[in-house]
Amino acid sequence: MKKSVFINGIGVVTTQGVWRAEFFSEVRVLDHAITPADQPSYKGLISPGAIRRMSRGMKMGIYAAQQALAEASVTIPDAIVTGTGLGCSEDSDKFLRSLWENEEQFLTPTSFIQSTHNTVAAQIALQLQCKGYNVTYVNGGISFESALLDALLLLQTGEEEHVLLGGVDEIAEQTYAFLQAAGYIKADGIQETVKNNVSPGVNYAEGAQFFSMGASRMTSSYAEMIDVTLQNELEVSETASFLQDFLVANNFRPEDIDAVILGYNGDEKDDLFYNALQQELPLATPLYYKHLSGQYDSCSAFGLAAAAFVLKYQTVPPILYWNEKNPPKTTWKNILLYNQYKGKDHSLVVVRAC
Amino acid sequence: MTDRGVAVTGIGIISSIGETVEENLQALLAGKHGLSRIANFPTRLQEHIWVGEIKRTNEELSDSLGLSLPHAFTRTALLGAYAARQAVESAELRDAHDLRTGFISSTSVGGMDYTERYGPTYLNSPEWHRYISSHPAGDSSHKIAQHLGIKGLVTTVSTACSSAANAMMMGARLIRSGRLDRVIVGGTDALSKFTINGFHTLMILSDAPCQPFDEHRKGLNLGEGAAYLVLESEESIQRQDKHVLAYLAGYGNANDAFHQTASSENGEGAFLAMQKALAIAQLAPQAIDYVNAHGTATPNNDLSEGRAMQRIFKGNVPLFSSTKPFTGHTLAAAGAIEAVYSILALQQGVVPPNLHFNTPMEELDLIPETTGQHRSLSHVLSNSFGFGGNCSSLIFSKA
Repeated sequence: MKKSVFINGIGVVTTQGVWRAEFFSEVRVLDHAITPADQPSYKGLISPGAIRRMSRGMKMGIYAAQQALAEASVTIPDAIVTGTGLGCSEDSDKFLRSLWENEEQFLTPTSFIQSTHNTVAAQIALQLQCKGYNVTYVNGGISFESALLDALLLLQTGEEEHVLLGGVDEIAEQTYAFLQAAGYIKADGIQETVKNNVSPGVNYAEGAQFFSMGASRMTSSYAEMIDVTLQNELEVSETASFLQDFLVANNFRPEDIDAVILGYNGDEKDDLFYNALQQELPLATPLYYKHLSGQYDSCSAFGLAAAAFVLKYQTVPPILYWNEKNPPKTTWKNILLYNQYKGKDHSLVVVRAC
Repeated sequence: MTDRGVAVTGIGIISSIGETVEENLQALLAGKHGLSRIANFPTRLQEHIWVGEIKRTNEELSDSLGLSLPHAFTRTALLGAYAARQAVESAELRDAHDLRTGFISSTSVGGMDYTERYGPTYLNSPEWHRYISSHPAGDSSHKIAQHLGIKGLVTTVSTACSSAANAMMMGARLIRSGRLDRVIVGGTDALSKFTINGFHTLMILSDAPCQPFDEHRKGLNLGEGAAYLVLESEESIQRQDKHVLAYLAGYGNANDAFHQTASSENGEGAFLAMQKALAIAQLAPQAIDYVNAHGTATPNNDLSEGRAMQRIFKGNVPLFSSTKPFTGHTLAAAGAIEAVYSILALQQGVVPPNLHFNTPMEELDLIPETTGQHRSLSHVLSNSFGFGGNCSSLIFSKA
């Protein structure tokens, strides 16, 4: 018998600041090629020396993790599972540049040490003295969902009680410049939003999103995590059966889904997948979030935070509506999330009010 | 799922001691190491370090995979595809659409080898732009999955030098949970300037062939390679009447939570990982016949791992050896390469020798197996530890 799994706490550091009750009422729509996170003060949480030494991703991750754990009143989780598409790019960039500039001489180890993809999860474990299960997934747009799948397995089987789950990606100047050169990120100076997108590329950003996942429902609980599925490749014509299989496996009918959160990011080709899926769920209210989060591999975790918010407070912040007119709904029970990137790394996640 | 664990039905490997399972086995039996000076790319460290380099160019690997040009396979993806294809062939995986097949790979360098080569040109010329999207770690997994024709659950683990062990563990758990019927698991890492210089700055590279568990060990040798296992559910095996090579009976993951790169003095993370693996396998420590140690030959690792082994086996440490003097430390791939060696040890009834061992460590009464003893083995434990305190242990049992 599978155990139920709940989202008991949330912490984020994003372009919209840190997690708080007013999070979605104080948001602004992103309209720059690259938007850095609005970072909090790390004083008191991280030592001054470490604040200087640590990359953005490490600091954002430690902060968001602490916020998520505190909300769920968990001091030390049993396991830490994270996902990141690009890992610790800031330190990778730094080490790589000095390798080029000094032709393999006069190198120092700090940026190499901090460049491994598992650095954020490791630093959180070190900070919390958490000796439990610790894994980092690195697989583009499903990096976070891979971690989510692992966390679900740990909790559904009863192996663990409290799992800290996170998704982190950071802006690194050189890495993002390369992504710009390759056309993934819009050119500097262009001001477009997800909705009025015309030029190639999409708006990128960064963020850390953590969830305190538990096997027991608490007063702080946001929602019940039902399931997740991952798929490396899919044709637009296959989205319907991909969805159908997932709904059937979880005993859902299409009409059970009250809202569908889609990963619209402004890319016309990506839109085709979301449009196709939306057509299969005509009664579900379409919502989106990448106009607020920006694109980065683990940004789908921002979408999950939005779903959790809607289910807990039983209200949809107007900024999340994809369409201008929406059928009136007063209760939100089941929310489906669909994300993919350039036709790869498709994921479906379903969460339920608890 | 059985009490014995998750079945392994296929293995594939490429390392500096061989490009097939058979070549690797023969090198292990003959005590023939694969260390040399770097030849595939120029580096200032060329004359200063020994590496476990595979003497095949990217073009040769690409040709042998039958890839059409131009492509954007990095060396990590090429090595991975090479080994994964062998694993799939050895398992005689037939195209069965009613069987859910997944692929869980792992890597630490990803496409860094091409980024370090062509990165300086990216902002001035579009010539090599196709390698920009090959940089992220997950890209190699996509390319390998595509090469194998796998559509489904594909993902990548990256926990530094314990990556492949965690990929294998996740695969086994996905089979046990009933989410997959079969899954190809393992890891791949190519040598790069980035990693050799990184380890060089940490001053843990030896200028001589490495000597795990020796009092005078001077550090590690880096290597490259890839290895994959095919794991299948009991139902999948019965339906296809499959031959089982070994069982992945236990797995454990813990964090040392001590330091970003150094291991704790008493090997707490390693101890916890081995303890968990034994619990999952439902085995007493005495049931382990051989430990394929992480044994990188850094002063810190071998002492910490040695202490952890003494703690878990209560002074009665079974036969153990590190195979890193053969292959070098292949980072993310190490866990998978050593899983293949552990399975070969079970199948052949032989303990691979720990090369270059002369003098026992002063702190510990531990002597690795150096002669390549033949004896019947039932359960083998394999350790993989990485930066960030990530410690993992796997237990393989005889089929």
